[in-house]
Amino acid sequence: MTPDLEDLYREIILDHYRNPRNTGELKSPPAIRTVGFNPLCGDEITLYLDIEGDILKDVKIDIRGCSISQSSASMMSEAIKGKHIAEIQQFIQSFKSMMSVHKAQLAGDETSTQGKLADNDPGEVDDNLDDDGIVEQTLEDSKLGELTALRGVVQFPVRIKCATLAWNTLIQGLEEVG
Amino acid sequence: MAQLDISSIKKDFPLLSQGGPGKKGVPRLVYLDSAATSQLPLTVINAMEHYYSTTHANVHRGVYTIAEEATRLFEDARLKVGEFINAPNPEREIVFTKNVTESINLVAQSWGRGNLKPADVVLLSEMEHHANIVPWQIMASQIGFEIRYLKITDDGYLILDDLKRQLDGVKLVGITLMSNVLGTINDISEIVAMAHDAGALVLADGAQFVPHLPTDVAQIGCDFLAFTGHKMLGPTGIGILWAPTDILDKMPPFLGGGEMIADVTLEGFRPTEIPWKFEAGTPPIAEAVGLLEAVKYLKNIGMSKIREHEIEMIEYTFDHLKKRFGDDLSIHGPKDAKHRGGVFSFAYKDVHPHDLAQILDSEGICIRAGHHCAKPLMRRLGVTSTARASVYIYNDFNDIVALGDGLGKVKDIFG
Ligand SMILES: Cc1ncc(COP(=O)(O)O)c(C=O)c1O
Repeated sequence: MTPDLEDLYREIILDHYRNPRNTGELKSPPAIRTVGFNPLCGDEITLYLDIEGDILKDVKIDIRGCSISQSSASMMSEAIKGKHIAEIQQFIQSFKSMMSVHKAQLAGDETSTQGKLADNDPGEVDDNLDDDGIVEQTLEDSKLGELTALRGVVQFPVRIKCATLAWNTLIQGLEEVG
Repeated sequence: MAQLDISSIKKDFPLLSQGGPGKKGVPRLVYLDSAATSQLPLTVINAMEHYYSTTHANVHRGVYTIAEEATRLFEDARLKVGEFINAPNPEREIVFTKNVTESINLVAQSWGRGNLKPADVVLLSEMEHHANIVPWQIMASQIGFEIRYLKITDDGYLILDDLKRQLDGVKLVGITLMSNVLGTINDISEIVAMAHDAGALVLADGAQFVPHLPTDVAQIGCDFLAFTGHKMLGPTGIGILWAPTDILDKMPPFLGGGEMIADVTLEGFRPTEIPWKFEAGTPPIAEAVGLLEAVKYLKNIGMSKIREHEIEMIEYTFDHLKKRFGDDLSIHGPKDAKHRGGVFSFAYKDVHPHDLAQILDSEGICIRAGHHCAKPLMRRLGVTSTARASVYIYNDFNDIVALGDGLGKVKDIFG
């Protein structure tokens, strides 16, 4: 079956695209400034993280990208702002697994996969299928909130990189803090 | 359409009669990405299949009948491809490579290593494909020469006002004959004349030009012409480098191995004659057979007629999209059909090219979104990517209308 465009361009995605949240810059330093690229389409994101102790006090994003990369970045910023780093790491994990379910979904199967973010290879799939996927997925859904609107992206494998651009940049930024 | 019967040409291309994606099922695929790679007529596909089913053997080796026939076909492809660009000495001046990228790397590595010194300059342009930038950057990092770039105007023409001064110290000029982003056709006669006066050679990237316009290397006056089979109705996996015998003769081999040697001892080797000197290893034989058939197909239609058809397509595309979308849609590059090919990089409102291409895909319309392997040009244009529709002999006005309809759907989603 060919995937439906409506699964991709959900209203909430278009809303975040039209009115992106937390855009702009933070003075760096003290903020951590990380630049990410999507080599496929040339999209660029600059992420500013203002971390105090173990809390992300503020986040700002400067992005030139498509509706998917921009809305994903915008929703991410809302989800992580003001949160503990440990909680943010959990978000990253949940988002990662949501973005790696596409093999299962393409096979018409509701199980989820766990694994790393499909970042470089658009066709990348994770073979590590988890039989308890269904339970896991609903748990994650409650955590992810409106970010689950991006679930439809997995049906469009080349667009996964768009959705994960901000997140990969976030991972990079957090690694810099150590 | 004045000359060509496009609806009958379309029927020669199996892929084009195939339905598109989408839940409802799009009745036919609208292929507007020939600048990336062109589709193959059935004659090309059949020739390759026939070769594999009846004649496949390695070339230049066996004495048995099918090996001789394979060799004959392979060398016939060389001859016909050479004649296609009016090479004075086609049997010796056509080198088969993997693609135009490899052809340019061959020049950079072989000619470049032998001729470029630290104080020299290679002159390129801002509108080059990465294939005509990176090979020179690789050599520059090893040898230490300078790379200089010709600038372009906002509407996509090369600026040549200062050419004489820019040619100072230049040993090689590398310019595309047609931009794969802007569509600009570069008349390089002035560049060739001045470069030769300054003692520099000229490499022309013909990847986009050769498939679409009559090509005569003597008339262009370049010293190297690189082009690629898969953009001219042929298969992937075969590229071409043309250079005159006196230049090729003096160049050292590029890759080493079988096929390219006259003799090998434990101490060293003697390369064979041109063009085989540059064709190490088993070459793309079936691909050459396919390319031979593609060249026949193009010749049969006639390159002048193909160009006339594309001029009509260019004029229609500008008119039609202007009429429907006004200032919401803008096309990069020259507006004058005489100075451009049928490559349309466009911006529609502020919708990202990726989103454009995705929505068009759901209507069965294939366009390209991205940086088109021309990131320096993207920076010059102030964008990270563009949407690009490109046409060829099998496209007609209906395809452009379909593109317009598809953009209407973009409007529905993005407002
Ligand atoms: C102008 C130009 N040069 C070089 C290339 C590279 O062609 P290939 O990938 O066949 O080497 C292309 C095609 O993408 C092109 O349009």
